Amino acid sequence: MHPPGPAGAIEVPSLLASRAKINDKIENTLGCQYNERRDMKNILAIENVRKSFKVGFIPQKKEILKGISFSVAEGEIFGYLGPNGAGKTTTLKCVLGLIYPDSGRIELVGRPHLDPRAKEEVGFLPENPYFYDYLTASEFLDFYAQLFQLKKDVRQERITALLKLVGVDRAADLQLRKFSRGMLQRVGLAQALINEPSLILLDEPLGGLDPLGRKEIRDIIIRLKDEGKTVFLSSHILQDIEMICDRVAIIVGGRILNQGKLTDLISEKILFTEVTISGIDEKDLAAFGESLSVLSGRTLLKIFDEKKIQDVFDLARNRKGKIHSLIPRTQTLEDLFVDTVKPK
Amino acid sequence: MKIRVIALNTFKEAVRDRILYLLLFFAAAAIILSRILALLTVGDRTKIIKDVGLASISFFGALMAILIGTGLVYKEIEKRTIFTLISKPIHRYEFLLGKFFGLILTLFIMLACMSVIFLALVFFHTFKIEWALLAAIVFNFLELILITAVAIFFSSFSTPILSSLFSLGFYLIGHFSWSLETLIKKIRPGVARTLIQVLYTILPDLENFNIKTEVVHGLPLPASLFLYSTAYGLIYAAFILALAVFIFQRRDFI
Repeated sequence: MHPPGPAGAIEVPSLLASRAKINDKIENTLGCQYNERRDMKNILAIENVRKSFKVGFIPQKKEILKGISFSVAEGEIFGYLGPNGAGKTTTLKCVLGLIYPDSGRIELVGRPHLDPRAKEEVGFLPENPYFYDYLTASEFLDFYAQLFQLKKDVRQERITALLKLVGVDRAADLQLRKFSRGMLQRVGLAQALINEPSLILLDEPLGGLDPLGRKEIRDIIIRLKDEGKTVFLSSHILQDIEMICDRVAIIVGGRILNQGKLTDLISEKILFTEVTISGIDEKDLAAFGESLSVLSGRTLLKIFDEKKIQDVFDLARNRKGKIHSLIPRTQTLEDLFVDTVKPK
Repeated sequence: MKIRVIALNTFKEAVRDRILYLLLFFAAAAIILSRILALLTVGDRTKIIKDVGLASISFFGALMAILIGTGLVYKEIEKRTIFTLISKPIHRYEFLLGKFFGLILTLFIMLACMSVIFLALVFFHTFKIEWALLAAIVFNFLELILITAVAIFFSSFSTPILSSLFSLGFYLIGHFSWSLETLIKKIRPGVARTLIQVLYTILPDLENFNIKTEVVHGLPLPASLFLYSTAYGLIYAAFILALAVFIFQRRDFI
């Protein structure tokens, strides 16, 4: 089964066909195989990936990923959602070659995922990152930069810029063992960007950060998108995802249960309206909707039927009651998530 | 060269670890203690200093290789630093070889430090720099290369405590397996002798790297001995490392 593609996906097959024709022509002319970077549309494609681990004293197979498929399009921020233990990190580990899937196919930047050339274009920030605490922040980034065989002046330039970007430039010469968790998270992000990757995989990047720090990291992620980079964000913090992601996939118990554009998944329809009202007895309001709470004479009423809102207004006018607030509630990612995760 | 980058980082890790200096301190103490031991001995005191000094260097060198080597790979997995490392464009064998060469570099420098202390002590006693003693230390270094390979091999799939015990076992067996060779000469040909022969071939013989007696007593050293020991040590280490890579390549980092 193919996951639904991004907007304009209908045009992709015809585009691919014409590209294939061009390639054929080039091959005929050159008399050799022409290797063009394949389908630029999907920067990460996962097809029917399964992974199980043996657990327990007498090893028993436990399937963590039960055949997951999804793809991430170039230039988008993709949210990978799921409760704890759903298989988010396991998926990421499969993509990065830290563990080997039992079956299925993973393509990274148009190449097989274990190809080091694919990893040249990928940045990764693990969950709860622990780093070499005996290194200073700049030594640490220099170590990774050297693995990409960057020249010394390029390395220096990038390290200075990145430390500034993530806001730890003042602690550049401090050993990482003296860093707080939030600071480690920031250096971790800098590490993921050292090779100027086109795909950035972030596992719970906003964990352990204070509200201001979360905003800063969110801003960096949006900036990366503006620079044309693709960001894959795994998280269980829904607000963060809702705020910045273009598309999401929801994984529960090793299966992808829902995926698509955020605007398609969450309906704009008003689910109910919350009205705060005072001066009228709670019992008299019961006919209009569900009373959620009564606090210092104010009743919070949840009204599902839109027509009844007018009736509540009329009642308030007649009885000299007072309406304090009226908030229409649309579906949130949280509602969708709870609906998806809830056992049917 | 990515192996070099990882090796240098491993070296940095080792020299910023206190355990190395603790071992170096005890090694220096043991070498200097040989002087006191010499005072209590009847006979040639210089020989005691040389003998105890070389034995200390050999023992503490092996201890460094085992205690640091067995933690190197395991720590990366346990602290999850390997996650970011393997996600970079490197092969797993490059990681393992980087760790190996990083520790070899560390041990080389530690051995050099111990040698300076030892040669200085001997110099204050005999007023001669005895370069022959260095030959024994070079042989010792060959042994350390092999032990490092073994420590990294165990570390690639086992916990540091178990790996240390296994490696220590390897070290001890390696220093006593020569007795099998003596046994082979003493028993008649047959199944038992063939079995012992096979066992002796598989088990390491670390006495190949022990020329302390020859050096201390000024006995002649044939050139072929050096060639044989070098080949033996390097081939054995290469085999163990290949085995480590084979296991490491297949494992999942959970």
